[in-house]
Amino acid sequence: MANVCAVLATTHHPFYYRETELTPPESRRPSSVVWKQKVESYRETLTAARPDVLVMVGADHFHQLFYDNYPTFLIGKAPKYDTTFYNEERHFGMPRFVLEGDESLSGHLHRGLIERDFDFAVSHELKIDHSITCAIVTSRPEADLPVVPIYTNIFAPPLARPARFHALGRAIREIVEEYPGDQRVAIIGTGHLSLEVGGPRQFQETAPDLDFDRRAVQWLADGDIESILREVTPETLRAAGNATDGFLDLILMLGVAGPNKADYADHLELFQTTEAFFTWYPQGDPR
Amino acid sequence: MSRYYVNKFLFQVDRSPELLAAYKAAPAATLEDWECTQGDRLDQNGGHERTTWLHFTPEERQALQSQDHVKLFELGAHWFPTLQVFVGMFEKDREAVGGPLAYQKEFAADLSHWLGRSHPSVEL
Repeated sequence: MANVCAVLATTHHPFYYRETELTPPESRRPSSVVWKQKVESYRETLTAARPDVLVMVGADHFHQLFYDNYPTFLIGKAPKYDTTFYNEERHFGMPRFVLEGDESLSGHLHRGLIERDFDFAVSHELKIDHSITCAIVTSRPEADLPVVPIYTNIFAPPLARPARFHALGRAIREIVEEYPGDQRVAIIGTGHLSLEVGGPRQFQETAPDLDFDRRAVQWLADGDIESILREVTPETLRAAGNATDGFLDLILMLGVAGPNKADYADHLELFQTTEAFFTWYPQGDPR
Repeated sequence: MSRYYVNKFLFQVDRSPELLAAYKAAPAATLEDWECTQGDRLDQNGGHERTTWLHFTPEERQALQSQDHVKLFELGAHWFPTLQVFVGMFEKDREAVGGPLAYQKEFAADLSHWLGRSHPSVEL
């Protein structure tokens, strides 16, 4: 059976590429140097796992999906995926990729999720947005591995409950480990810590709620799902910033990883938000 | 449910360079043209099917015509396409004067009376 060689849970910061690649060195923030160092160190945790395929969890930011038809959970099943919408180039300077798909693994996951009562929608023509592309840029810039994209609704309330996100992560892990073959599968998900977008606390010199961020970093580093499910509610997320619902995808990833201490944990308090980087190695640390 | 229609307008402006430029240059005329030619389209690909009942309230129409992002926030327009459209229209102009992210910070300051308060819900 396939094995999960690495589980990566991280924030996605669409300004990373613009700040470290497109902005002239003399105009970059002082923090961009350490930011790039931390990203490149994190990238090594994926490289060391030698994955064959990436299952990638993110959320469409009203790029392809809209209120006329917004699924709670969706999986892509296509031979290829274009990435990066015009407005992401305009706003973030995000690069474009064409990623290979893995239709067989997509189909296996879709069937397995339905069998476990996760009634997923499916897309056979999915353009991937920065919730996943950011992780390609930071963790696998060669963009040379096939992917299976999974989207969750963290945007159009009402959202699924935190415990449901966690249960979905557990199911994804189980289903991947039932996939015939000997593929090395890395499961990578991105989300947010505290974040405000389009509100009065956006684009401050730090994230809108550093206290939430510091607790969240510790919860994830410790694999402390009990504290998360006790303390994280729609109300506490909203209080930490209007876009903090992105933390739900990090809860999902802790479901994938299991209640275990991360093998790699790092974070960086930046303008607008705190970046965080976690890796678990279910088969043992290959480094 | 007319907030849905506000979000639909913002969503479509955000993803079209032509519509974004037109809305920046002539907001009222662009809104009127969009309502007549695109607003009621059920499909995103310009197909035949139409929705018959979508409309703006006078307050929503006024907020879009006057490019009043604070009013849109207070009416419960979704914060993501709202920010995207306004940044798309004004970021470059403000950046030339105030430096990187100047417009985003100005946008936040315009909403400072909402600090410490629960935001209007975006749930439809």
